[in-house]
Amino acid sequence: MDKDRIAFLEEKARDLRVSIVKTLHRSQSGHTGGSLSAIDMVTALYFQVMRHDPENPLWEERDRFVLSKGHAAPAQYVALADAGYFPKEDLMMLRRLGSHLQGHPDSKGTPGVEVCTGSLGQGLSMANGMALGLRLGNRQSRVYALLGDGELQEGQVWEAAMAAAHYRLDNLCAMVDANALQIDGEVEKVMNVGPIGEKFRAFGWNVLEIDGHDMEAIVEALETAETVKGKPTVIVARTVKGKGVPRFEHKASYHGVAPNDDELNEALICLGCFED
Amino acid sequence: MKATREAYGETLARLGEENKDIVVLDADLSGSTKTAVFAKKFPERFFNMGIAEANMVGTAAGLAAVGKIPFVSTFSIFAAGRAWEQIRQSVAYPKANVKIVPTHGGVTVGEDGGTHQSVEDIAIMRAIPNMTVIVPADAEETKGAVTAAAAFKGPVFIRLGRNKVPRVFDEGHIFQIGKGCEIAAGTDLTFVTTGIMTAQAMQAATLLAPEGISARVVHIGTVKPLDKELVLKAARETGAIVTAEEHSIIGGLGSAVSELLAERQPTPLVRVGIKDRFGTSGKAEELLKYFGLMPEDLVEAARSVLARK
Repeated sequence: MDKDRIAFLEEKARDLRVSIVKTLHRSQSGHTGGSLSAIDMVTALYFQVMRHDPENPLWEERDRFVLSKGHAAPAQYVALADAGYFPKEDLMMLRRLGSHLQGHPDSKGTPGVEVCTGSLGQGLSMANGMALGLRLGNRQSRVYALLGDGELQEGQVWEAAMAAAHYRLDNLCAMVDANALQIDGEVEKVMNVGPIGEKFRAFGWNVLEIDGHDMEAIVEALETAETVKGKPTVIVARTVKGKGVPRFEHKASYHGVAPNDDELNEALICLGCFED
Repeated sequence: MKATREAYGETLARLGEENKDIVVLDADLSGSTKTAVFAKKFPERFFNMGIAEANMVGTAAGLAAVGKIPFVSTFSIFAAGRAWEQIRQSVAYPKANVKIVPTHGGVTVGEDGGTHQSVEDIAIMRAIPNMTVIVPADAEETKGAVTAAAAFKGPVFIRLGRNKVPRVFDEGHIFQIGKGCEIAAGTDLTFVTTGIMTAQAMQAATLLAPEGISARVVHIGTVKPLDKELVLKAARETGAIVTAEEHSIIGGLGSAVSELLAERQPTPLVRVGIKDRFGTSGKAEELLKYFGLMPEDLVEAARSVLARK
């Protein structure tokens, strides 16, 4: 892949990280760690891989994105705002009464959000339904679903995994943001879900395992997924919760905590951004 | 006599011809729910989701998100019960155009027993914002309700039954979401009923007539949104209400009517229904007697409410 393009996407992801911490600092409520671990994948989707049109959010031929780990909503919101779905000023209203930017993604109010997610375990089922419906309508659109690794503890995910393979949904690509942490601690200790790849393989999926912060690997995996026929693909992406800001990295305690003033300044310095 | 589920299967198959966006999902019970009739005719638009109701409801929400009109069926306990949170989050919260149409509601499921008899489904569906809850009285009304649900944009729950039930409505009856109907005139009290209890109330009214008691029967096909004007009119004009449903007395039609009347038109009222208990095995007819859902029970309730008038 073109080195300049990769550099552009990496720079975009850095900008969006800045936007995430600023947005969360402003709202003083929301999920920092999981938004930062997911943002590289979200960036690759919105700025490289997905066919979509911010001017026409309901364009029928668009690819669909389902943020099944809906608590990472800030990651999706900053990408949507940057892409032009709504004014960036809206981000400052995250989680406020009257704002379309709800605590978890809400298709009723936010342009570019396809379904309502946030209650973990339900997004892959909805992505399956979209993939089935699009195929039934002979649409070429693809469906992307981003799940957390802790989320895989929900039984419904495996019902959906079974169904996606059963119906040979090769227009579906799931991604697991495997940051290895959940609210109460390490995923492995709270309720081990591994080996994730082996489980999906046993359910009949094509499995790709990557570093979820390697932009080139992310784009390459998403492009490979598109060429696989007859079965759905899952990209198991190893990530770091809080990625980009050392203070937040590898810490379950920043799962659902927004940065305070000091943490914001520190984060902005770490992200190479010296303005307040 | 005809089961509401029979009418459902036939209606779905007919609607499937008219509207190519209609898709149907079932959880390994298509023979019982009668979605198999649709499946046979339109196999490419039928999805058997296996014994996995939560995923079935989520999948339906996804289908709706790309413009399809999914009908989702299984037994009511597994739809309203097992998949309640999926119905809330993936269907009702986004106002997804999904129709949840379970069969085997209430105790007349019979021999399968309490595990399979949903007696709380109306209550828990009614509690969800954006949800429309319909409980048809017979096959004819089912036809109308399913047709209306397909044309309506948004989540609808239609509770159907297993057994053959007597005809209440003439052929060609026009069903309107949110509209109840007075199906027997009366002046002394009103039976406000839903589902199979409407036919029971008609018999009860006949039993009361020789005693000189004139009972009105108001059928509420749509428990939510409730036809408030019709219920208030009945309360005003007859001064006594007996509600009846094949469902717990907690949270269903009896509750909806009580809530309305307590606030707007306090009226002596008795709720006939299942008295905060689970179901049990037995033949449908035996169970209706066992749980006090026979015309005689309605007559008893009528006398008791009249004594308080």
